[in-house]
Amino acid sequence: MATAALAHDAAGHHGDAHELSFIRKYIFSTDHKIIGIQFLLMSLIFLGIGGFAAMMIRWQLGFPGEAFPGGALLPETMAPGGIVLPEFYNSLVTMHGTLMVFFAVMPLLVGVFGNFLIPLKIGAPDMAFPRLNMWSFWIAVPAGILMMAGFFVEGGHAAAGWTSYAPLSAIGEYSGVYTGQQIWLLSLAMLGLSSILGATNYITTVVNLRAPGMGWFRLPLSIWALFVTAILVLLAIPILSGAAIMLFFDQTIGTHFFDATGGGQPLLWQHLFWYFGHPEVYILILPAMGVVSDIIANGSRKPIFGYHSMVYAIIAIAFLGWIVWGHHMFQSGMNPSLGMTFMISTLLIAVPSAIKTFNWMGTMWRGQLNFHVPMLHAITFVSMFVIGGLSGVFMASTPVDIYIHDTYFIVAHIHYVLFGGSLFAIYAAVTFWYPKMFGRLMDPFWGKVHWILTLIAFNVTFFPMHTIGAQGHMRRIYDPNQYEFLQPLQGTNTLITIGALVLFGSQFIFILNFVISWFTGAKASANPWDDNGLEWTVPSPPPHGNFATVPNVYHAPYEFSSPLVEEDFLPQNRKLDGTVGSADTPAAG
Amino acid sequence: MAHAAVMTTPANRELGAGVYNEKLGMWVFLGSEVMFFTALIGSYIILRFANPGAFGAPGQVLNVPVTAVNTFLLICSSVTMVKAFAAAHDGEMQKMKYYLLATTIIGAAFVGVQVYEYTHLIHEGFLPSGIRPGSHLAELAEAGQLGLGVADPGVAGVYGSSFYTMTGFHGFHVTCGVICMSFVTIKAFRGGYTQADHRGIEVVGLYWHFVDLVWIILFTIVYLI
Amino acid sequence: MGWLLPPSASTYAGDIDFLYYLILVITGIAFVIVEVGILWFVVRYRARPGGRAEYTHGNMRAEVIWTAIPAVTVVALGIMSAGVWNDVKGRHSVPDDALAYGLHAQQFEWHFTHPGADGQLDTSDDITVRNQLHVPVNRPVWIRMRSEDVIHSFFVPAFRVKQDVVPGMVTQVWFEATETGEFEIACAELCGLGHYRMGATVTVHSAEDFNAWVAAQALAAQAQ
Repeated sequence: MATAALAHDAAGHHGDAHELSFIRKYIFSTDHKIIGIQFLLMSLIFLGIGGFAAMMIRWQLGFPGEAFPGGALLPETMAPGGIVLPEFYNSLVTMHGTLMVFFAVMPLLVGVFGNFLIPLKIGAPDMAFPRLNMWSFWIAVPAGILMMAGFFVEGGHAAAGWTSYAPLSAIGEYSGVYTGQQIWLLSLAMLGLSSILGATNYITTVVNLRAPGMGWFRLPLSIWALFVTAILVLLAIPILSGAAIMLFFDQTIGTHFFDATGGGQPLLWQHLFWYFGHPEVYILILPAMGVVSDIIANGSRKPIFGYHSMVYAIIAIAFLGWIVWGHHMFQSGMNPSLGMTFMISTLLIAVPSAIKTFNWMGTMWRGQLNFHVPMLHAITFVSMFVIGGLSGVFMASTPVDIYIHDTYFIVAHIHYVLFGGSLFAIYAAVTFWYPKMFGRLMDPFWGKVHWILTLIAFNVTFFPMHTIGAQGHMRRIYDPNQYEFLQPLQGTNTLITIGALVLFGSQFIFILNFVISWFTGAKASANPWDDNGLEWTVPSPPPHGNFATVPNVYHAPYEFSSPLVEEDFLPQNRKLDGTVGSADTPAAG
Repeated sequence: MAHAAVMTTPANRELGAGVYNEKLGMWVFLGSEVMFFTALIGSYIILRFANPGAFGAPGQVLNVPVTAVNTFLLICSSVTMVKAFAAAHDGEMQKMKYYLLATTIIGAAFVGVQVYEYTHLIHEGFLPSGIRPGSHLAELAEAGQLGLGVADPGVAGVYGSSFYTMTGFHGFHVTCGVICMSFVTIKAFRGGYTQADHRGIEVVGLYWHFVDLVWIILFTIVYLI
Repeated sequence: MGWLLPPSASTYAGDIDFLYYLILVITGIAFVIVEVGILWFVVRYRARPGGRAEYTHGNMRAEVIWTAIPAVTVVALGIMSAGVWNDVKGRHSVPDDALAYGLHAQQFEWHFTHPGADGQLDTSDDITVRNQLHVPVNRPVWIRMRSEDVIHSFFVPAFRVKQDVVPGMVTQVWFEATETGEFEIACAELCGLGHYRMGATVTVHSAEDFNAWVAAQALAAQAQ
């Protein structure tokens, strides 16, 4: 990594790379590739912490009354004798969701791949605003540290769910949590700022810095998805910021936005939160869909089936995502007529998702399928995401939602789309672009072991949640055995916990593979996957500035098995007389 | 004279937005600011429609005349901002410097008047949590002179909550604008801008006009209606 | 067990369960098509030496078909669901002859106010009981609900009833029990520390037993 960066960087800025200190080059870097890797390292840590929180939750549900292994290390306020307290359980549930959504999945998809891929895949030397990009990362880090600090304050961490419904979250007396809830809000406000600055950068870059010939309909779907996601981030995160400020003021300076006794409305929080929250979950899935498209086309050695429809489907999902927020509030006491309108929009959003699913299958149809590790994860994404999407139809129907709202049926849905969907896509993408990031390949054998163990353990963990949800098992409850109708489900809960423990353990294979390959992995050529993207036309890893000369783009992004060439791939910048395309006009400025 | 190359789109790129990066970036960022203020202002509208009696009649609690003058000041600062940018565009760098200075000073004055209004309101008993019991405003409320439709002024909490949050965050945005404007003005006086490249002035100007526009909306729906 | 719903005991449970099973069948079919399709493709289209993928960018007719069928299906589901939703939660869904009850939810218990022998709520013979709801079988019951503190959610799995209880608002729910017996009530919205132990019981009495219970409460109240 160091040697390549020291080489002459693109566009002739010889002096910069040589003179930069270690701190300027790797810590306070303005290079989008380094920043992407920084987000990757940060997010993987939070993925681990969020997963650990889940293990404690599952231990309590699977083996109630038994001490959590190593639990004796936890303070008495959390788990005396290693047995989680009900108050700590509520914090664990809250923090599992919070850390996974805000500090793991969102930065993994948007922070890592937005940063790493956008300039490379559009043929740009870096982002439009490299210094702003650095700020994006270095605001996210203290946000994460602050969030972790919440575990150590009096009263414990936030315990009102990642959805933080008021007035439970607004008034400390109701939850027993004071500072923790405030820290939660401040941390998210900081993270929100980081995301908004990042989105501004991504949008400006994609609009203004595409290489000549990279028209909108030659953009890879990963870039389309990241671009549309950035627009969602820009428009949705500020809503959360506003809501968080109002809730923070309710907690601290005595305002009454969400407090009925002062003239406020608890439902206002829900409307604001979900107006942000629903676009947020599309922020968490669209980039995953984008990278999966790139990888399935590559693994099938075929153009993406229905590229234009795929683009329109991304836009449709993003647009429809703005008018479905009320489906989280069907039973909230909101006007039932609104339930009707939100049901229609929610059912409709199944359609573009169906289009994408069938188009992925169409891409595989009559392909020459190469089951490299990224392809395995990408195909798994499609098959698991479909389950998550189909389970969503149940809750879209308002009458059925009466029964399954706030049960484990919802938890099953969430995890099939976020883990079965987003996380498998993340594994696919990390493995696929790892050689470009680090100049080495991850070990394919251990990659396959990790994949199959994860796939099996994931389903053992989350599929039964549909069934316990169908039996009425509520969410966020510390001890289901308090209810007679839930006691027969203890066996299933234990099975789920065992699945979860195996699932958590299997991820260490990925982490080990990730870390060890960094040092001893097989060296990667510029294009180890025989892919068409512009990033594969430069060394692994690319030098600062990416391209020696501005690339000229001649082809659509997925010209695999083209009759025009003998190879089964055709890089986007390859001029078809055999020479690699170079800028037609001298580089300006 | 034609725009210099740097104030148009980046060369040797596929056609994008047709404006230089910093300008596009500011427009995009302002999109996020629109959503932020939508959350605050939208909540105010919802709370007010749901509980109109909790909100005082226009002019009963808030000082409309002083704020009207303040609004006029902010609009003037947008005018001086436009004139500064026009001067830069025309190469009249001296004029540009003084118009920038004027914008900064007027902007700072706006913030100053806001701070004065806040201290006065708090003294009178109008707090983010509502009307302070035992204050002058509480007496007026009990005497039915504030135009509140609710018997218990304690229920008027949302009025104070939304007033201070909306105007406070607007004031915070103006303050950030004044700080940026100071940097731009200082840079201008040091000769940092030319007719060929005065991007910073245009970009900070966009932000300034946005903040002014938000204020006009706030003034109308909070003070006048 | 499994995907089968537990037994139900209210009039509209059947409609809700029917929709659930209908969606189960439809999504089940989609599930099989997609998963079997993927498995089939994975086997059939594995890379073979010397093979080359088919160079195609799509098929408009296929896309129209797999857009139209899901669209029509979801719209149909929506229309069917709308009717049931209106009957259960609509503005005018509460039957005119429903017996009116009150519910006051708080951390972490339920206080049910029964209308008493006169069958009217807000009269002197109302009976308020902690964590117990007593209703007659085959008679619609209408509950207006308030919360003392945070948001709770009134959930009776056997009746397929769920409705959030929100401070500052009066929310309502109605149902008609079709079987006698005891059924569990749970809180279905995280409401704090004791959320997991905020259970209660609804006892459905035959007509005679119900009158007897009401009379017994009245006697007990007089004795105090």
